[in-house]
Amino acid sequence: MNYDKSGTSQKSRLPAQLSDRHWRLGDPIFSNLTLFFALVMASLLIGFIITLSTNAWPAIKQFGIHFIFNSTWDPVRELFGALPAIYGTLLCSAIGLLIAVPISFGAAIFLVEMTPSWISGPASFLIEMLAAIPSVIIGLWGLFVLVPHIKPVETWLGHYFGFLPIFKGTVFGGLGFLSAGIILTFMIVPIITAVSRDAIRAVPDTQREAMLALGATRWETILRAVIPYCRSSLVGGVILGLGRALGETMAVTMVIGNSYKLTASLFSPGTTIASKIASEFAEAAEGVPMGSLVELALVLFGITLLVNVIARLLVWRLTSVKAAKE
Amino acid sequence: MKKFKWLTLSLSVILLLAFGLMSCTSSNTTTPPPQTTTAPPTQTTTTPPTQTTTTPPTQTTTTPPTQTTTPPTQTTTTPPTVTPTLAPVNLNGAGGTFPAPLYTVWFSEYAKMIGAQINYQAVGSGAGINQITAGTVDFGASDAIMTAAQQSKAEAAGGPILHIPMTSGAVAIVYNLPGIASEQIKLTGDILAKIYLKTIKFWNDPLIAALNPGVTLPNSAIVVVHRSDGSGTTFIFTNYLSKVSQDWSTQVGNATAVNWPGDIGGQGNAGVAGIVQKTVGAIGYVELAYAEQNKLPWALLKNAAGNYEAPSLAGTTKASEGVTLPDDMKIMITNSTNPDAYPICGFTWILAYQQQKDKAKGQTLVNMLWWAIHDGQQYGTTLDYAPLSAAAVTNAENEIRSITYQGQPLLNK
Repeated sequence: MNYDKSGTSQKSRLPAQLSDRHWRLGDPIFSNLTLFFALVMASLLIGFIITLSTNAWPAIKQFGIHFIFNSTWDPVRELFGALPAIYGTLLCSAIGLLIAVPISFGAAIFLVEMTPSWISGPASFLIEMLAAIPSVIIGLWGLFVLVPHIKPVETWLGHYFGFLPIFKGTVFGGLGFLSAGIILTFMIVPIITAVSRDAIRAVPDTQREAMLALGATRWETILRAVIPYCRSSLVGGVILGLGRALGETMAVTMVIGNSYKLTASLFSPGTTIASKIASEFAEAAEGVPMGSLVELALVLFGITLLVNVIARLLVWRLTSVKAAKE
Repeated sequence: MKKFKWLTLSLSVILLLAFGLMSCTSSNTTTPPPQTTTAPPTQTTTTPPTQTTTTPPTQTTTTPPTQTTTPPTQTTTTPPTVTPTLAPVNLNGAGGTFPAPLYTVWFSEYAKMIGAQINYQAVGSGAGINQITAGTVDFGASDAIMTAAQQSKAEAAGGPILHIPMTSGAVAIVYNLPGIASEQIKLTGDILAKIYLKTIKFWNDPLIAALNPGVTLPNSAIVVVHRSDGSGTTFIFTNYLSKVSQDWSTQVGNATAVNWPGDIGGQGNAGVAGIVQKTVGAIGYVELAYAEQNKLPWALLKNAAGNYEAPSLAGTTKASEGVTLPDDMKIMITNSTNPDAYPICGFTWILAYQQQKDKAKGQTLVNMLWWAIHDGQQYGTTLDYAPLSAAAVTNAENEIRSITYQGQPLLNK
């Protein structure tokens, strides 16, 4: 190594034997250590699946596949089904994404493409600070500020768009799927914005310059050159946000209304998997009730895994399409 | 950008420090009575997993404030030859959140007298039952009677388990109707059940109006609020509804959490109180203390003798007077026949094994329980717990006397 004339200046300053000895000893230790840590992580995941499955076994044995399609949760008769919780989880996350994605992408494009750096610095700092707010605080804000304000909005929507099933039905003081979805928006916007801002910033300037040189407007440049270039990273950011939305517990529990019902209306109270587990875990009896809660956790785990796999496939497909085009 | 990085770093360090300091001070002080509006739900939901993983009871006795761990070890070595009474030792208990404010006061007062620590973890009645069954705590606490399955499991693990009543509490029916003050609405158990079953949907329903002549009831929908978490309060409330309504008993039933036909679930007493406070037309059930603290108007309820009663400590104590109490005290005193009783109330119990395995712990436990049902009762009223009736105290005394170590009674009173 020392004979390498183009080697870094720092290394050539060290005495020859010392640097060599360290290199030989450190390398295997370091590689084994990292291997060990990687194995720890992998075995943790497998351990989770095993523990969840064994604890959920009483419920799995009792209900089988019907657990997923049944919509009652009756601790008295010990009849448990996960459908309303699964539905609530997916619905809230969908509302959250639907609102968060345009906001985040818009904010990211603005921060990278439109603003001078003296604005974009503080602005992105503030957006990132939003991600640091604990979910309980966002939940409290939702309960005390958002929910009272959302009630008139819901009444208005119900009055003018009541013919749509999603805007039909009684307004329960603002607690429900819509509030939970909006709360989730606040929680995932910072993540998606941060990821997509970095993705857009990573697009080489040559791409933009080439497009502008062809006579494109700024809008066309962003839409035709910048966004297609970083498409896969943008999808990755959205999936990260979705991951957080699916698992969010505290803030959602506070504003969703915790009712185990399967309704199309966005105004009606509902529940998510995570909030159901958090609510009932402390008092659940051993056996089937506890097993059912653990099985709910297993279902959530499955959904998250599925989302990740789909995201991988999507990113992989997008990159391969791009490669084919090029 | 670099400037801002430093700003973030320093800001987050300050934030971390602030949070750390706050949590330190809050863990040192004894938990106050349930004034906090939203802290209980977060505590109850986050604690159980950590507790179940880290509970070897020997560790938890040594971890709390280090000064107090020394006296018991010193004193245990000296006296046993002279008297059979051993020096008090540290105890661990876990269970319901409903009696937690009272237990906190009791145990800190009692600890001052005996010089040993009694730790209580408010993890929920269900978790308390699980922990006493698993033997990870010296006593459990529950607002609900253990189910037959739970009792047989506990008996298999440690022999007969006693339900010793400690105090009783009332559940108030609270509502939010602008212009209608507290105690202006009268309800019967049957109508309350119909409201919670969603068969009565509007406040100006003829059935409600017939009970409340002279009150102008609004034509608004009744928003039914219940507890979303499993709780002893729900157990007492659904027990009452099951007693007064056949429909409720067959369609929903009685448990710490049920399949609610109703509308909105709130997390903890504070959550229910908060939702009722903010939602016009809402009705909910909360413990008396929460109704008083939040100044929520409550309804008068018709008791079994036909009198309309407001929730009160006196009415709660009356509920266990003039009724036959079983020796094992596994009784729900809802819908009491006493003419002055408030109908929705119940005991909260400490769960202890009849056959103690450790003499010193057993002795500390029986003495503490004896103190609690006598001298301890005075602490209840300021915290909105109803004192035990004389009949209940007598039965509790007999239960405490029956606690033994190797066949020998532990209490010498």
